[in-house]
Amino acid sequence: MTLDAELRVTRGTFSLDLDVTIAPGEVVALLGPNGAGKSTALRALAGLLPLTSGHITVAESTWDGANAFVPAEKRPIGVVFQDYLLFAHMSALENVAFGLRSRGTPKAEARAEAARWLDRVGLSGYEQTRPRSLSGGQAQRVALARALATGPSLLLLDEPLAALDASTRLQVRSELGRHLADFGGHTLLVTHDPLDAMVLADRLVILEGGRAVQSGPPAEVARRPRTDYVANLVGLNFYRGRASGTQVGLDGGGGLTIAEPVDGPVHVVFPPNAVSLHAARPEGSPRNVWPVTVAAVEQHAHTTRVRLDGPPAVLADITTATLAELRLRPGDALWAAVKATEVHVYPA
Amino acid sequence: MTRNRVRGRLPVVLVLPAVAGLAFLLVPLAGLLVKTPWTSLPTLLSAEVGEALRLSLICASLATVLCLVLGIPLAWLLARSGLPGRGFLRALVTVPLVLPPVVGGVALLLVLGRRGLIGEHLDAWFGISLPFTTAGVVVAEAFVAMPFLVISVEGALRAADPRYEEAAATLGASKWVTFRRVTLPSVLPGVVAGAVLCWARALGEFGATITFAGNFPGETTTMPLAVYLALETDPDAAIVLSVVLLLVSVGVLAGLRDRWISGPT
Amino acid sequence: MPNLRITSRIAATGLAAALALAGCGQQTGSTPAPGSGAPEVTGNVTVFAAASLTETFTQLGEDFEAANPGTKVRFNFGGSSALAQQLNQGAPADVFASAAPANMKQVTDTRTVTDAPRTFAKNRLAIAVPKGNPGRIAGLADFADAGKKIALCAEQVPCGAASKKVFELAKITPQPDTLEQDVKAVLTKVSLGEVDGALVYRTDVKATGDKVEGIEFAESAQAVNDYPIAPLAKAPNAAVAKAFVDFVLSGEGRAVLGAAGFDGP
Repeated sequence: MTLDAELRVTRGTFSLDLDVTIAPGEVVALLGPNGAGKSTALRALAGLLPLTSGHITVAESTWDGANAFVPAEKRPIGVVFQDYLLFAHMSALENVAFGLRSRGTPKAEARAEAARWLDRVGLSGYEQTRPRSLSGGQAQRVALARALATGPSLLLLDEPLAALDASTRLQVRSELGRHLADFGGHTLLVTHDPLDAMVLADRLVILEGGRAVQSGPPAEVARRPRTDYVANLVGLNFYRGRASGTQVGLDGGGGLTIAEPVDGPVHVVFPPNAVSLHAARPEGSPRNVWPVTVAAVEQHAHTTRVRLDGPPAVLADITTATLAELRLRPGDALWAAVKATEVHVYPA
Repeated sequence: MTRNRVRGRLPVVLVLPAVAGLAFLLVPLAGLLVKTPWTSLPTLLSAEVGEALRLSLICASLATVLCLVLGIPLAWLLARSGLPGRGFLRALVTVPLVLPPVVGGVALLLVLGRRGLIGEHLDAWFGISLPFTTAGVVVAEAFVAMPFLVISVEGALRAADPRYEEAAATLGASKWVTFRRVTLPSVLPGVVAGAVLCWARALGEFGATITFAGNFPGETTTMPLAVYLALETDPDAAIVLSVVLLLVSVGVLAGLRDRWISGPT
Repeated sequence: MPNLRITSRIAATGLAAALALAGCGQQTGSTPAPGSGAPEVTGNVTVFAAASLTETFTQLGEDFEAANPGTKVRFNFGGSSALAQQLNQGAPADVFASAAPANMKQVTDTRTVTDAPRTFAKNRLAIAVPKGNPGRIAGLADFADAGKKIALCAEQVPCGAASKKVFELAKITPQPDTLEQDVKAVLTKVSLGEVDGALVYRTDVKATGDKVEGIEFAESAQAVNDYPIAPLAKAPNAAVAKAFVDFVLSGEGRAVLGAAGFDGP
């Protein structure tokens, strides 16, 4: 019953080369920057784009392969599109019933089933409402009901929360999580938002430049990023280097001291809030201390993030108190310090 | 307040030509109305005029239906298929617009006439002859009016977001169901606008009709033909007949507008 | 051939508009002193002539220009009634040559002519059939056969009026399939083989070439059509106007008209 896909698509200079497997009931998030090939992968799975080579197999049936192509309308799929693409000239009920009607369910039955789905997503009473009159969150839920109403074996979600404002997003995300948990088929979630991926997915696949650069459970990916992009997503300082005992020589220049000795190529991470900044070189316990210059200062909700040139370059989160004390301006020379115990090292 | 201020700022550069344009369109009509010998109207409204008017309305409506049946799929082909040479095809579709209608009529005779390329066989095999028949009027009017529909619908299709069709496909809708239930409703305003233009053009059609279908009362004499022939002997009658045609068509279009084009203004 | 003919008619219509515009400019620009007494025949002359005179008058115009260096004849060919209407609306013209006395009368009723209209040619009807006479039309009696496709001119135009007279004289009730707006339209249908037979002017049969055959019939002599010509009052160039009228009436003019199938006055 597992979905097994080797997605190979070449379009002009871009090529996608991605292997995906999704177990029944599993939610896999495809996470990557714009242009990484997420949409191409989704379109290939949906049957909107034929593979150049490779295959898509679900259970025993081949959807796309060397000599078989099942077009979108013949695949048991449901898709929630980024801006939902609800049919403006149909009511919410007709939108949800559309898939059932297209697949041959009699009208009355389709409408009854659609009404049940609207009820499940908390929209009973909105049957006759046109998409134009729905709020963003309501439209998203209609889109989800429409995608699920046909009982698909593969659910594809394309940035399902991207069109929502921050306050709605939180609630819709948790509702979506509940529906996904109830859904017994395969789910692929395409997103560029790490939070959506972390909260909703059982497994992440990080896509960069058409290739999977990392995959694994969200906690694992968050703890041990393997590329700058992932590290940036999860908010960690990330370096590649070569370890020799408790010393790591970083590829980009500079070095760090670590607590546990290892040898060979490694990735090194530590969170920005593990970095402390000082006007003068600090004395005391064994730790990493190096001179830096301020490149930029960004104000976030409760902290201030300082971007510093090294080597190594580093991000530091400091408190407002520290900010007031140091009176930071770009170009200022400072000292950065990180405890060796805060530095996490794992094999490259 | 704000609205008034905005209105006050309408640039003269636009307003002056707009007013001039409106006058340019309306003054000749006003001239027609002023010159109309209304008193002679009752005597002119003979059975023949009624017949011509009825024939005009029926033929223009049938021609519009024919244009819808053939023109919408053609517009879809031009807008959505990856057909090579679409630009050239699009240009060809507009040929009836630039072709003098009389020449269009001759072209129709050459193809569908009794000795025409296709007409010859229609006549020999099925005994169908289009010239000098009401069906011929419909064909001539449709030939001239079709580009209006095709251009209008194609524009609407090209402006419509094709991703809705993809969404329908992922919901299991076949290409035909998608077209019928998703694409067509989304371009309905364009279809209605095109059909209205098409109908209006067909109603006023003269050159292609008289050349291809001829002129015989009750069969092929539509209002424009009646007007033209009236002009030969009685210009006053011609003016009255034109005004009758004008009023009827404006009435029909206004009625349609209320019923179908009731969008936000 | 028919295409060419129709195109030339359209060109003529366009020309009429152009002439009307050009004429306006000319009138204000270089109005020659009327009645200055100088019989110098130079300058431009604008002739409004019936469509059936297109070939002969074009020829006569060239001959006239050759005989009178420094003159230029410009034509506006069209249906006699349409021309009459243009003239009555003040179109600037020096000479009017009509295919029917009735249309000439419309003009003389409204505008004064410098000389009384004079008949310069007569035309009679002939049966026109497609080359080879596929419909086997033998004479006027076949026009009553509903099984044959017949085209006539509409009664409102001169050739239609003449046809009506002929049928009344022959005591035949024709069964036409179409009543065309002018002779050229009838001939288009004949030359394309759309109709089996039609009544047109003898000159038109001659001018159409070998795609149309003419059949003479006895009754035609009793429905002869007079072609009157007159120089117009307030003609921009009265002297040349008169000279051109005289030229048409001269032996030279008659020879050209006779060659085209017109009878002498």
